Amino acid sequence: MKQLNNILEGFGSTWLLLVRSLSYTATLPRQFGRFVEQCYLIGYTTLPIVAILSFFIGSVLALQAGRSMQDFGTQQFIGSLVGLSMARELGPVMVAILLAGRVGSAIAAELASMKVYQEVDALETMNIPPARMLVLPRLAAVLVMMPVLTIIGDLVGWFGGAIVAKYTKIISIEPESYFAVLRHYTHFNDVINGLMKAELFGFVVVLVCCNIGLNTRGGPREIGASVTRAVVVSLILILVLDYFVTQVLT
Amino acid sequence: MPSSPSPAGATRNPFTQVETAAVGVSVEHLSKNFGSLQVLKDVTFSVEPGEIFVLMGPSGSGKSVLLKHIVGLELPTSGRVTVDGKDASSEATREQVRMALVFQSGALFNSLSVYDNLALYPREHQITDEAGIREKVMHALKILSLDGVDQKSPSDLSGGMKKRVAIARALVMEPQLMLYDEPTSELDPVTSATISEIIATLKQEYHVTTIVVSHDRELALNISDRVGILMDGALISLGPPSDLKAPTDPHIAEFLYPKIDLQHPRFKNLETTP
Repeated sequence: MKQLNNILEGFGSTWLLLVRSLSYTATLPRQFGRFVEQCYLIGYTTLPIVAILSFFIGSVLALQAGRSMQDFGTQQFIGSLVGLSMARELGPVMVAILLAGRVGSAIAAELASMKVYQEVDALETMNIPPARMLVLPRLAAVLVMMPVLTIIGDLVGWFGGAIVAKYTKIISIEPESYFAVLRHYTHFNDVINGLMKAELFGFVVVLVCCNIGLNTRGGPREIGASVTRAVVVSLILILVLDYFVTQVLT
Repeated sequence: MPSSPSPAGATRNPFTQVETAAVGVSVEHLSKNFGSLQVLKDVTFSVEPGEIFVLMGPSGSGKSVLLKHIVGLELPTSGRVTVDGKDASSEATREQVRMALVFQSGALFNSLSVYDNLALYPREHQITDEAGIREKVMHALKILSLDGVDQKSPSDLSGGMKKRVAIARALVMEPQLMLYDEPTSELDPVTSATISEIIATLKQEYHVTTIVVSHDRELALNISDRVGILMDGALISLGPPSDLKAPTDPHIAEFLYPKIDLQHPRFKNLETTP
């Protein structure tokens, strides 16, 4: 019963934080500096790990699928499998998971620390709403950076698949042929579907991590607990939302 | 620093020299529960505009929680707190009445320099342009004898300097009501005396209504107009600081003038054995 209460309370406070943050949208232009800083933290610092992971996800996908497809003599279609998988599913989901682990945890830790050391209370007494200064720039930044990260993830993943497809003996498909099949079967709508998913996942991850950070109570030990909770809740939400969004989009 | 004293009930702003009304605070039958724990029990008192009110009490007696109710950071379980006649828990009150709380820890933003800590309020509220903000910030730092620390990080400052920076940050807000949470805790006697002097000077010069939460007897005796004593969440004494010199209540006497009795039973368990 207590856990159900906690879930409902978390759900309610997250919605409330969203509404409060959006009510300050008009202040975004004068928070441009904070927005750029968050774009840097969310986008630029996450980019290398997104690129590395996407490369190997594309590679492993080509390798695993290549062996099975070769049994049926269909390995020439490997480009379509890697292209669609990365664009519709693995690209957005993996980028969102990385965002939760790298950026979400950092956001939760920073805001939880500010809460525990009364910096958030200090903002409130100054009549500076934390939703405006701490949450809104992050939400705006993630909306801008998620598509960028996902597109880069997709491209690098496709590229990784192409390299494996060419240099693995049992597959041995030339990049021209690989990308021709990929282009034929991966449509613009598939990429857009993936980007829509990425936007939703990224937005939810940042919102949930901000909310958990700002609702931290107690001493320094609670900062660690909040970070763990933020990452776990984000991962669960990404996968649950993925199922329902996929149902809607297909 | 401005020199002309303001008439009673008005604050002469240290930066703009414009007089604004000092505000009164009223706490009526305030009770607060955290779960089954009652932290405040039917507390009632008022603070007059321009007064220095010191609220004393042992650790855990509910002083800081009471302060948070006055600035609207906590909501009462029952009872009411008003600032300038307006409900303290309302967001509108914070927009209409400038209240500044100096936290026990200072609550400075470690990611910002001292300068940016002080500049945050006027920047966020677009009170003036950057040149005006700079003037306000440097003036506040000068008042608090903090020249030369503006580009430092709060983490590089000593405890006493952090408290002074926190007071300077509050001063930049041009407050009508200043609240201090344990301003002299964790400080040596000389720095404590300096902080007490600063609080008294700010009230004298700018006529700011001031509420100080503390368990520092010397601070209460030296700077307060009135003192309240909170024990176990209940206000058990309210009067002039002279009452503190010879308290009749044994609990208050024990709190204010504790005697060290090594024969007390509680010390028996501390005996060390070889």
